[in-house]
Amino acid sequence: MRVLMFGWEFPPHITGGLGTACYGLTRGLAKHGTEVIFVVPKAYGDEDQRAVRLVNASDIVIDIDDVENKQYWERITYMEVGSNLIPYVAPEEFTDLVVQEQLRKKTSKQTLFSDRYEFSGKYGTSLMEEVYRYALIGSALAVKHDFDIIHAHDWLTYSAGVAAKAASGKPLVVHMHATEFDRSGENVNQQVYDIERYGMEQADRVITVSNLTRQIVIERYGIDPDKIITVHNAVEPVTKDELEGADKVLKEKVVTFLGRITFQKGPEYFVEAAKKVLEVDPNVRFVMAGTGDLMNKLIRRVAELRIATRFHFTGFLKGADVDRMFAMSDVFVMPSVSEPFGIVPLEAMRSNVPVVISKQSGVSEILKHALKVDFWDVHGLADAIYGLLHYNALSETFKHYGKEEVESLKWDDAAMKVKEVYEGVAG
Amino acid sequence: MRSICLYFQVHQPFRLRTYRFFDIGRDHYYYDDYLNRSITQRVARRSYLPANQIILDLIKEYGSAFKVAYSITGLALEQFEKYAPEVIESFQKLARTGSVEFLTETYAHSLASLRSKEEFFRQVKEHSDKIKTLFGQRPRVFRNTELIYSDRVGELVAEMGYELMLSEGPRHILGWKSPNFMYCNAVNPRLKLLLKNFRLSDDIAFRFSLQSWNEWPLTAEKFASWIQAFNPREEVVNIFLDYETFGEHQWADSGIFDFLRNLPRTVLGATDYAFHTPGELLELLQPVSSIHVGHAISWADEERDTTAWLGNEMQAEAVDKLYSLENKVNALHREDLTRDWQYLQCSDHFYYMCTKWFSDGEVHKYFTPYASPYEAFINYMNVLSDFMTRVNDAVDGSREAIPAVAKKQSVKKGSKKPARVTSAEKVCTLEDMQNLSPTHLKKLLAQVDLETLACALINCDVSLRDKLIKVLSPKDRIRFEAFTESHRKSKKTEINQCRQKLTAVINDL
Repeated sequence: MRVLMFGWEFPPHITGGLGTACYGLTRGLAKHGTEVIFVVPKAYGDEDQRAVRLVNASDIVIDIDDVENKQYWERITYMEVGSNLIPYVAPEEFTDLVVQEQLRKKTSKQTLFSDRYEFSGKYGTSLMEEVYRYALIGSALAVKHDFDIIHAHDWLTYSAGVAAKAASGKPLVVHMHATEFDRSGENVNQQVYDIERYGMEQADRVITVSNLTRQIVIERYGIDPDKIITVHNAVEPVTKDELEGADKVLKEKVVTFLGRITFQKGPEYFVEAAKKVLEVDPNVRFVMAGTGDLMNKLIRRVAELRIATRFHFTGFLKGADVDRMFAMSDVFVMPSVSEPFGIVPLEAMRSNVPVVISKQSGVSEILKHALKVDFWDVHGLADAIYGLLHYNALSETFKHYGKEEVESLKWDDAAMKVKEVYEGVAG
Repeated sequence: MRSICLYFQVHQPFRLRTYRFFDIGRDHYYYDDYLNRSITQRVARRSYLPANQIILDLIKEYGSAFKVAYSITGLALEQFEKYAPEVIESFQKLARTGSVEFLTETYAHSLASLRSKEEFFRQVKEHSDKIKTLFGQRPRVFRNTELIYSDRVGELVAEMGYELMLSEGPRHILGWKSPNFMYCNAVNPRLKLLLKNFRLSDDIAFRFSLQSWNEWPLTAEKFASWIQAFNPREEVVNIFLDYETFGEHQWADSGIFDFLRNLPRTVLGATDYAFHTPGELLELLQPVSSIHVGHAISWADEERDTTAWLGNEMQAEAVDKLYSLENKVNALHREDLTRDWQYLQCSDHFYYMCTKWFSDGEVHKYFTPYASPYEAFINYMNVLSDFMTRVNDAVDGSREAIPAVAKKQSVKKGSKKPARVTSAEKVCTLEDMQNLSPTHLKKLLAQVDLETLACALINCDVSLRDKLIKVLSPKDRIRFEAFTESHRKSKKTEINQCRQKLTAVINDL
């Protein structure tokens, strides 16, 4: 079986958990004998290609006179949106956006129809335009390549998936890693919502990363429950040498938050809980690793609470620095307000770090050896952190059984379920 | 005869390197040597050396009719010694002419005058000594970091024995008064003040190459005609500038060096002004009135206050945490820690954290090596966290030597039982409880009620609480935590009483 898969990012160039999940999934699929053509907007050249054939969307030449493309273009013009919505955007890019928005308005018509498309491959800048260019490429690819099924990850690629289905007549599976409600709370962007819903309606199957997400898809998008299947994410087993060389030089215990510093991730609750813990035990260091639109506000809050020599910001971490951060951590906290799945706690547990997660995360459905609190319950959060820091019996139990638990969550198994979904629709 | 007083400020901070969270506890070197060296050498080449040469030539040409004053921070001097020793030599040449006066200030260009009297005095003495060593003069006149001044700061400066101090002459302080007179401190009139004529000084410092300015280009002739037109009864025009104005802030091709070169000829030829240094003015002038400055002023930004360094919560946090270490650092007498403690006090670090982007954003941007004030704060706090760890480790290390002394003292007192300390600070460690065996601990629990215990252990070492919690039943643990919570705000006397009860029981065990 051969899958044409549309993504938006792939390790090592990741801005969120989507790239990591795609990587794990494709590797698992490859083990089960499934071939994957993975399309990303811009391949840098240093991605890990052991499991997948990576197609750089910028290298696809499109014949714009092609009737089908024209038809599709008409269809997407119908859905055309002028939006500045930015999922997963780094704040440094945000300031450039207004300027770029103006540039875009001027030049879009010419660049849009030049026959070779350059993709920035990053979330944010003239995002909607890229989504639709990507869709054009989707249908071009569908004609060129031979495959049995189409798989699209998150709304950014849904238009491409739908276009590929229209061009090839092959079944489409869309994968909901996050919904617009997770990203924006109740202030959803209608245009993104529409794309999500349209993608799911057109799809033959919808995969959700948790039952939490599945419920949202049913209730908020009105999608037929019979075609929605939950496949929980997993985590790649850690190789030995990744864990070694982690010497702890800090005398204080370290409590870590790792993720985008945005509303969705609940970083404010982490800061307030840190204050509570430090009032009782000053010998703790809190680390907020990541970046996002709330970062500057929280830096000021930390200064205001007078805990800045015990609360550190590292900026965005990736690769070896993430492993290093886990190796230094005694507790990992994910206080997400809304988290469709949440793969980072699994990575923490894999590195022997006990975790506190919010009940509002998909991952809490499958984890047993994690402390679970409501994201808004700052006292509960502080209690859980304090307990894991001070009661060795508790943290040792969590480390031991947590690692076992997480090692049983294999991408091989998740991929097997995905493969079953494919087989169910590929006929 | 009226006076014109030229004073130039020379300063370079030790800029911090990018210091990440991962460096804390691992790497104790905080400075960006490459950046500091290249900036020091660049500014020396573009500004300090050519400007010094011009001043030297002018002094040779006009003899004692042309005079200037300098203040060079200790941090700048250290960097010259390290990276550009020829700058020191050229200042020494100037010193030997006898027409150049050196002022004193805080060694580290710090905000100590606003935070700690002891540190302020210590740094001024250190700076004065350094000037004496390098230039053979004992400074008589004081200028504070960024010309920061308030009634209180003036009082402290007078207490150190200085009779004259330089500051800013901002409109909101002077009102209808002119900066062109000598004033004195409102609390201690023995301290006299010379105030910067900010309009003329800023014409040179900020507007010199500004082509949209209606007075552009500014020539020495034009400048001389302005001051000549001042009210003849006014006594002194104080031109206080960053020395980097010449060649670094205003580039050579703006004509700034020609302006400097021509200034003595035009002033001496076309006006009734004479050049005097602040020290000379101390003899020549009398204060016309005292001046009241309740809130500290400075020469920075539109507001001329201290909000460039202490205006937001990040700056407050950084400065407070830094000065909280003062007693420990001083008690340790360790050269490496004292050095870092000084370098970290440099006001520039806090300036980089400033979030006032309105009127003076461009000026701030020019000086900062960081992309944003937030990054400046994060980096500084990472460094400070490591520094705090080192200081606290050193304190712990030196404490280990103390118990031997304590024992001796108790023997001296000759009491049968080892003397039990009663003051809150000493009881706080309650070391003896730490050494109790589990059986003894249980006996202790039988004799002391949980509430007393919880109250006594407020603000105590966590390990002690842990030890206790381990032997408690789950129910008692909850009760213990509840008591701790309710006593957290208890008065010291109450806590002490509980501690005395507790130590008495421990003694009996």
